[in-house]
Amino acid sequence: MKNLFDLEKKINSELATKVKSSKINHEHICINIENENLLDVVLFLKNNNETKFKQLIDITAVDYPENERRFKLVYLLLSHEFNSRILIDFFINENEVATSLTSIFPSSNWMEREVFDMYGIKFKDHPDLRRILTDYGFTGHPLRKDFPLTGHNEVRYSEDKKKVIYEPVKLEQNYRNFDYESPWQGTDYIKSQNKKNNE
Amino acid sequence: MSKEKKTLNLNFGPQHPAAHGVLRLILELDGEVVEHADPHIGLLHRGTEKLIENKTYLQALPYFDRLDYVAPMNQEHAFALAVEKILNIEVPIRAQFIRVMFCEIGRILSHILNITTQALDVGALTPSLWGFEERETLMTFYERVSGSRLHANYFRTGGVHQDLPRGLADDIGKFCQNFPKVINDLETLLTDNRIFKQRNVDIGIVSKQDALDYSFSGVMLRGSGIPWDLRKSQTYECYDQIDFKIPVGKNGDCYDRYLCRIEEMKESVKIINQCLDKMPTGPIKSLDGKISPPPKNDIKESMEALIHHFKLFTEGYRVKKDEIYVAVEAPKGEFGVYLISDGSSKPYKCKIRAPGFSHLQAMDYLIKGHMLADVPAVLGSMDVVFGEIDR
Repeated sequence: MKNLFDLEKKINSELATKVKSSKINHEHICINIENENLLDVVLFLKNNNETKFKQLIDITAVDYPENERRFKLVYLLLSHEFNSRILIDFFINENEVATSLTSIFPSSNWMEREVFDMYGIKFKDHPDLRRILTDYGFTGHPLRKDFPLTGHNEVRYSEDKKKVIYEPVKLEQNYRNFDYESPWQGTDYIKSQNKKNNE
Repeated sequence: MSKEKKTLNLNFGPQHPAAHGVLRLILELDGEVVEHADPHIGLLHRGTEKLIENKTYLQALPYFDRLDYVAPMNQEHAFALAVEKILNIEVPIRAQFIRVMFCEIGRILSHILNITTQALDVGALTPSLWGFEERETLMTFYERVSGSRLHANYFRTGGVHQDLPRGLADDIGKFCQNFPKVINDLETLLTDNRIFKQRNVDIGIVSKQDALDYSFSGVMLRGSGIPWDLRKSQTYECYDQIDFKIPVGKNGDCYDRYLCRIEEMKESVKIINQCLDKMPTGPIKSLDGKISPPPKNDIKESMEALIHHFKLFTEGYRVKKDEIYVAVEAPKGEFGVYLISDGSSKPYKCKIRAPGFSHLQAMDYLIKGHMLADVPAVLGSMDVVFGEIDR
């Protein structure tokens, strides 16, 4: 395996201003960039003779609803030649549009469709940005943290109407999410008391 | 004078025996030639990733069986490795060999299913009858070790659930003696079979460059002549102590992929044999009481064990804040788990990278210009399973 530190240094020096921060975590080079630099960075990583990240492994997003820029987009690339992996990420907010990689990697087509379906992030220059995994006519974006686990609609075959119908979800028992925080670590009022005492 | 070209739209699936599950393929046909293919997926979408975000790490594991349900333990392996790497747990060597052994059994399970159904799609019935008998034997091994034939839920963070029951190792050894003969029998039916070759040779050719561009992995990549196998190149678990070869194709057509799978099964048998030889005795899961539940007998006598048991099965263990991508060489290609933990006992985000997703995506590119009858052959050689594609 080519030395990851050398590779990280090389990427940092070549892309100087475009890489905001970089680190090596679990044998991956992780670089943080800005939305608008994505195409340049990926093109460089793909075509440069010393990086050769020729394969796009996956594209995904992470939702942090409390952040001002809510979504983190993550791109995973693999270099067969140097046997190394790189993880590119950047933050965007709900109204921002990401750039599509379809011109560089044709396989990004469905991956971006999935991100659009699951998170509602739009991609500029994408040839065919349709939903992919969810039902025809689905509304909402299921992997957002504010989307309920049980969803909104359920489907069943109606004997009366002789067709499949959609109705709002009715549960015999609500989904229960227990808080297992150890009581031995103290409840909130004890914790705040302890804090005061320590101060 | 120009004639206006008329194309016919054909719905292939979702209820079609050669669609290998619930694929709806909309084909645009000019006569019998496919002009354009638009796969509609998601008919088996169960929201696995959303569910995992709401479950503890222990509860998340069974969902991986339900992804690629013909080789369940290979998927569990990726998730277990991801959590282990974050927690920095050492897996006992016996557990490593058991896991590798069952992953290879999974590979054989998957390849038998794929080869025989591919043959079935192009008109050969006998291979599936012979192959499924062997699959049944392999699934009894799954059952004996985990209690169920398909959804094993056997791997754990830091090892496996329980040790091999008495006699299982011998029976697996016996299977490994007989199985190469079965592979040979299958080969006599298919490898030189005129009809099988006519249907597969030079069909669905993938060039090296396109294999990379379309994010292919596993046999789809190796069939095109790229020697890349994560078990060798980014070795994990105890694969570095095992001697095996990576079969690589030449032409990248359906027939080469079939040959690769046959050879891989032979290699898997070798790996299983080596695992049985090298497997030492010892613990089968991490000895860290904060991760592995205590033995049943201790619970009745030790207060500490009782507390640990209770905490592990209610709250679960906490995983420190981190971010990781771990990939394993599943039978179908690179199966990856991208995990973000936030210090609680539930994953914050778990993205599953399914190899079949990128393979099926290339359907349009692969089938363009081929005949309608080649659709099942190409689809069969891609080895798609909708559990993992739709997630």
